[in-house]
Amino acid sequence: MLLYILRRLLATIPVVGLVAFFVFVLLYIAPGDPAAVIAGDLATADDIARIHQKLGLDQPFLQRFLTWLQALLAGDLGVSIFNGIPVATLILQRLGATLALTIASLLLTLSFAIPLGVIAAARVGTMTDRLAMLVALIGFSQPAFVLAYLLVFGFSIELRWLPVQGYAPLASGFWDFFRHLLLPATTLALIYGALIARITRASLLEVLSQDYIRTAHAKGLSSFRILTRHALKNAGIPIATVVGLGLAILIGGVIVTETVFSIPGLGGLTFDAILHRDYPVIQGVTLFFSLAYVLVNLMVDLSYTLFDPRVRL
Amino acid sequence: MMGAIGAMVRRHPTLALGLLALAVMAAVALLAPAIAPFGPTQMIPAKRLHFPSADAWFGTDRFGQDVFSRTLFGARVSLMVGVSVAAISLSLGLVIGLIAGANRLVDALLMRMMDGLMSIPPVLLAIALMALTKASVKNVIIAISLTEIPRVARLVRGIVLTLRERPFVEAAIAAGTRQLRLLSRHILPNTLAPVLVQGTYITASAMITEAVLSFIGAGTPTDIPSWGNMMAEGRQVFPIAPYIIIFPGIFLALTVLAVNMVGDGLRDALDPRLLRVGGLKSA
Repeated sequence: MLLYILRRLLATIPVVGLVAFFVFVLLYIAPGDPAAVIAGDLATADDIARIHQKLGLDQPFLQRFLTWLQALLAGDLGVSIFNGIPVATLILQRLGATLALTIASLLLTLSFAIPLGVIAAARVGTMTDRLAMLVALIGFSQPAFVLAYLLVFGFSIELRWLPVQGYAPLASGFWDFFRHLLLPATTLALIYGALIARITRASLLEVLSQDYIRTAHAKGLSSFRILTRHALKNAGIPIATVVGLGLAILIGGVIVTETVFSIPGLGGLTFDAILHRDYPVIQGVTLFFSLAYVLVNLMVDLSYTLFDPRVRL
Repeated sequence: MMGAIGAMVRRHPTLALGLLALAVMAAVALLAPAIAPFGPTQMIPAKRLHFPSADAWFGTDRFGQDVFSRTLFGARVSLMVGVSVAAISLSLGLVIGLIAGANRLVDALLMRMMDGLMSIPPVLLAIALMALTKASVKNVIIAISLTEIPRVARLVRGIVLTLRERPFVEAAIAAGTRQLRLLSRHILPNTLAPVLVQGTYITASAMITEAVLSFIGAGTPTDIPSWGNMMAEGRQVFPIAPYIIIFPGIFLALTVLAVNMVGDGLRDALDPRLLRVGGLKSA
């Protein structure tokens, strides 16, 4: 068990290193001179050269990468070109809203997508199954912002039940927090959930065709018990894998959904950064999301031990 | 001929319906100049923000441009990006995957690089790449392709490694078949079915990513009518003119749905066993 965890942890290190390297390359080839930006409009060529030297921008590529990596390990992601605030500070300021939206979407997704996939698999070939999979295919084909606008149009503009946009932190009361988060989280959950429902059905069907399921039927267990106790647990690994990999979709969705609903999160930060061509911020957010993605998938790998004890060996 | 088509529709209704919808959309894209009542960038200042009516089926935007005409032209960008990204990422991914599957040393190196690239969420990687260059359809295609290549390479490599264990490949090796011939005659043909299916999912996901990039201002130049651009344009006036966003949005969603139906249909029609995990889209 410990060995497995250790092996997975070690395997993650080169991936994280490569991600950091790619992000550094993006920053390295970005047009514009950060020194000129820091020096301001009145700077002379000498001033800029001095800042170059101070920041180490005159160093060779590899040297700069190592310096950058060292700063990164100390939590220093550089400074925004636009407003001079450290990128790490900007990310921390915006993290709360994004985290709230992501967790809400994830909970909502799992609460309906897995039951939907289970029902479809249990009734495979029937109208229920076809209908569920049609809904999943349609959901799976929705661009997040299209769905977001359709929901806003229906529930906020026509019915006036929910706010059109905005965000309220949990500190300002649960009801307000909930009301603002409901539509964006539903948007993401419908898309992400469609994927999870599809994979749940497919993995369950795979498991249900195996011999031990027939044995369980033969010894007289109820279908419900077989489905939930015997089959679902063994379908757990592929489902968990797709939940983890699908997070990449969720992250992409979060960025546009935050833009549609004017949620002050990392997506909004990215949107502003694109507007101002604020490379350090774009790179910082990219790095942050990538690390989060790698970490979640590491946790997914570790969760395999819950579904299948053989993995622990 | 008709009988054959009829049989296909009965056996694979999803595939048939998806192909039909896609053909209609392709016709719309090709014939846009002939069908569209107005030019895609023609502004009629007297008719700004008009609601959908008999004159302007989908209404008009802030500049008095006809949303219906622009939506028809938008199909061009979407289809071109989808198909180009699929073609580029499939061919490069296929090459990388085949090389990785053929040589262990190169494999370790290439696959670590692919793992690194795949760990950056695709939309973010595309955004970061687009931020470096100027907005153009070509750059959008390159940026999205770069996010898709690792996934194709991984898929192909996996298939090659499985095939290497199969008796017919072992027999070919034992018979002294040269590496190049082994790859082209025995391995490549067996990767085509899953790669084709993956290609449809890539097309769908590239269309969505293009729209997302354009929507947040890092994609197709604003003077080209793409569905993402139109929706970005309509953002400010959504509460009073929702149709500017809703019509291109529905077109985008329907096109993506059609492509995904083709993908699902192909997956079921071709050997289903190699393709179980297909359908991971990226945005």
